[in-house]
Amino acid sequence: MNWLALVSIISAAIAVSFGAIGPALAEGRAVAAAMDAIARQPESAATISRTLFVGLAMIETMAIYCLVIALLLLFANPLLK
Amino acid sequence: MISPLTSVPVFHLGPAPITEAVVVTWAIMAILVVGGIAITRRLSLVPSRTQAAFELVVDTVDSQIRDTMQVEPAPYRAFIGTLFVFIFLANWSTLIPGVQPPTAHLETDAALALLVFLAVIWFGIRAGGVGGYLATFASPSPIMIPLNFIESVTRSFSLLVRLFGNVMSGVFMIGIVLSLAGLLVPIPLMALDLLTGAVQAYIFAILAMVFIAGAISDGKPNPTTPNIRTAP
Repeated sequence: MNWLALVSIISAAIAVSFGAIGPALAEGRAVAAAMDAIARQPESAATISRTLFVGLAMIETMAIYCLVIALLLLFANPLLK
Repeated sequence: MISPLTSVPVFHLGPAPITEAVVVTWAIMAILVVGGIAITRRLSLVPSRTQAAFELVVDTVDSQIRDTMQVEPAPYRAFIGTLFVFIFLANWSTLIPGVQPPTAHLETDAALALLVFLAVIWFGIRAGGVGGYLATFASPSPIMIPLNFIESVTRSFSLLVRLFGNVMSGVFMIGIVLSLAGLLVPIPLMALDLLTGAVQAYIFAILAMVFIAGAISDGKPNPTTPNIRTAP
């Protein structure tokens, strides 16, 4: 195994691990804020949870981007061909 | 291990290679078309049980469109509803043993995202004419024109990567766990995958609504329009 493959594997792991930290913190903050809002105004729970779902999907996409980058590095690396 | 980014052709139809995802997509399309015809063939004012159940689905789609886009749902019901039902069925087709959801492949998601991209242009032009639609690109101020142009492409791309990433990561994860552990271990992961599939179908439909609402309402001043801006 040459060093290029080694670097690819390590950077795939780094991409996934660091890409998970930010979205995890952000989703925690978003859910906490939504819980707070629902506790204050239970009557608007439907609107809040719909907006929360859309926002969570947006945040989650960042982690998914990192996963796709990692998979590109592992399976479709143009440098290893 | 088979790469999740490639798809293997099953057979060739003339010069065109047909992959497994395409076959599953055809099956889902056939189920939707035949089911739709069968259900709407005998509609009555006093609904039967089946008719009431499917009216509930249509009603839910209608109320979501009304809440999100603040318009009458009739022109958008067909597109949004079909998107939701198709992606939902596609994600849950993993319940059938041996079937991989077609949304776990890039091509199907790319086609769906392209449909949304074209639908935004189509509905935007229908609502405000070509000039009105182009004016939405200069909506807060003309400085934003290049950014809005880039956004309209990148958000379609993010729609594609979001659906692909979520569904594919579920399938991939189940494959890895199945190769490491035994028969019953991946069942909780599969249940989680079903939840993710349902949520992603909902999210895709909601985002399509938000994009279309942005194209049809940016020209008109409307204080009740939800101002959900999306990251690229």
